[in-house]
Amino acid sequence: MSEPALATRGLNKQFGSLAVAQSIDISLPRGARHALIGPNGAGKTTLINMMTGLLRPDSGRILLEGGDITALSPDARVKRGLVRTFQINTLFPHLTALESVTLAVCERRGEAGNWWKQLPTYGEAVDEAHQILSSLRLAEDCLRPTHALAYGQQRLLEIALALATRPKVLLLDEPAAGVPSSESAGLFEVIANLPDDISVLFIEHDMNIVFRFASRIIVLVGGAVLVEGPPDEISSDPRVREVYLGSSHHGAAPHG
Amino acid sequence: MSASRHDAPAGTSPLPDPHLFLRRQTRWGMFEILFWLAALLPFWLFPTYLSLASQIAITALFAVSLDLILGYAGIISLGHAVFFGVGAYTTGILSARYGWGEPITGLLIGGAAAAVVGYVTSFVIVRVQHLALLMITLGLGFIAVEIANSAAWLTGGADGLQDVDTWPIFGYFKFDFYGYTAYAYSLAVLFIMFVISRRLVHSPFGLSLRGIRENAVRMPAVGAPSRRRLRKIYVISAAMAGVAGALLTQTTDFASLEVLGFQRSADVAIMLILGGTGQLYGAILGALIFLIARDQLSGMNPQYWYFWIGLLLMAVVLFLPSGILGGLRRLVPARWRSL
Repeated sequence: MSEPALATRGLNKQFGSLAVAQSIDISLPRGARHALIGPNGAGKTTLINMMTGLLRPDSGRILLEGGDITALSPDARVKRGLVRTFQINTLFPHLTALESVTLAVCERRGEAGNWWKQLPTYGEAVDEAHQILSSLRLAEDCLRPTHALAYGQQRLLEIALALATRPKVLLLDEPAAGVPSSESAGLFEVIANLPDDISVLFIEHDMNIVFRFASRIIVLVGGAVLVEGPPDEISSDPRVREVYLGSSHHGAAPHG
Repeated sequence: MSASRHDAPAGTSPLPDPHLFLRRQTRWGMFEILFWLAALLPFWLFPTYLSLASQIAITALFAVSLDLILGYAGIISLGHAVFFGVGAYTTGILSARYGWGEPITGLLIGGAAAAVVGYVTSFVIVRVQHLALLMITLGLGFIAVEIANSAAWLTGGADGLQDVDTWPIFGYFKFDFYGYTAYAYSLAVLFIMFVISRRLVHSPFGLSLRGIRENAVRMPAVGAPSRRRLRKIYVISAAMAGVAGALLTQTTDFASLEVLGFQRSADVAIMLILGGTGQLYGAILGALIFLIARDQLSGMNPQYWYFWIGLLLMAVVLFLPSGILGGLRRLVPARWRSL
């Protein structure tokens, strides 16, 4: 069972003359906690968009547990266990947190097409939604509309929605974006405590966080993988230093 | 039922109960029961206005059908009268051309015909949004009017469809001159369709529609096939609008091009926005206010009554984001709201 949870094979994507992905080969083993880093415009979000089906690659393949999912629609990929969160809150402003997560749970259980049975009869789904919210310390505010939640709570709800789908592979696009750095470690604590059978790939700019929570780091530059390796290797890699610090060699290494 | 709510540390305020919250939302409230009882009052209080009352019930059903797509799923439409008209003409043609005037089957066939048209057009509808969606629905409306106009051999064209004869309901209740039967029939159909709509919006399917309305980008990311859901509600809504149209034909024994026209599409959208979208009762309230206002104001000043509608529409959009129903709700003391 050495099949990677998620793998890309030779992904290419051009926007006009700009190559945003150049033969990207990534393997995410089961239970991985990998970070995807790179300067702005390196194509990190584009890569996630291709993996999740929002963008179609010009060529290349995406494999989920060995199965080719390149042609599947985004929702079909989610059903197979490939789930993402968004860098910018992509939530349901006028639904309560409970309704939002219940919606995702019903979707996973294949009950969301039922238009005759009433929501309160879905006790198990509601309990599960509530339990996910509790585990993210959102239970107290679960009946408030999403738009009324504090920003940090909304970031947690992003993750709650993803967890409700019972992902096998979780792609987190800057989960702590906009969260003060004093709180972002707490948010990543939540991610680090996810069950081991969930493989995680996260984008993050804060190198302290990256080196603390990632077991492996993939560095993306100009749409291509520059280097991949464990944190200590990456932090001492001169090419990575160059990308992050420019050609001048004074200044600290990208870990704090 | 829920074990998870007991994990609050002792001493803090109790955690909100999710099950109670959902049950409260779906329970029939006191105001609702009063509302439906009040709908019976015209039989005794305004027996000379029963034909207006049945117009209101029919239009309210039409507005509820629009609320399902516009208020819940976020599909804006300026051509919803297409389905109303298809239902109206189908039932009318069935009677005038084929001699079948049985009301219940006529209603079902009218609704089914509208559902078929809804299904065919839904493939285009779910592909577009915003301005393009408005234009597509507007275009469909124009096309429908011209088809009905040019097929005069079938529809009666600009003269309207004459010779509709609707048989007594259950072979017993004749449509009378004062409109007792017509109002009882329209109100009963409205109530049945309303109960179905009410169940629908409180179901997981209804929740997923609200999800699509709130954030169409997120829905696929939680595994929802949004387009299929939208097509489904579009067809249900079309069928309901078709039933409303069929009711109009049956209670007036007449159908004209006006049933499909832009004016009817625009009017129903106005009613829904006046009453308040996404609340079902807002649709009914909007139809009630609009038609009573038209009846009263056009009596005084037939040409200019849209002046007042225009003014009211602007005031509601500017000051009452949840419509008149939302405004009324704010007047109710908080402790009564959950009754």
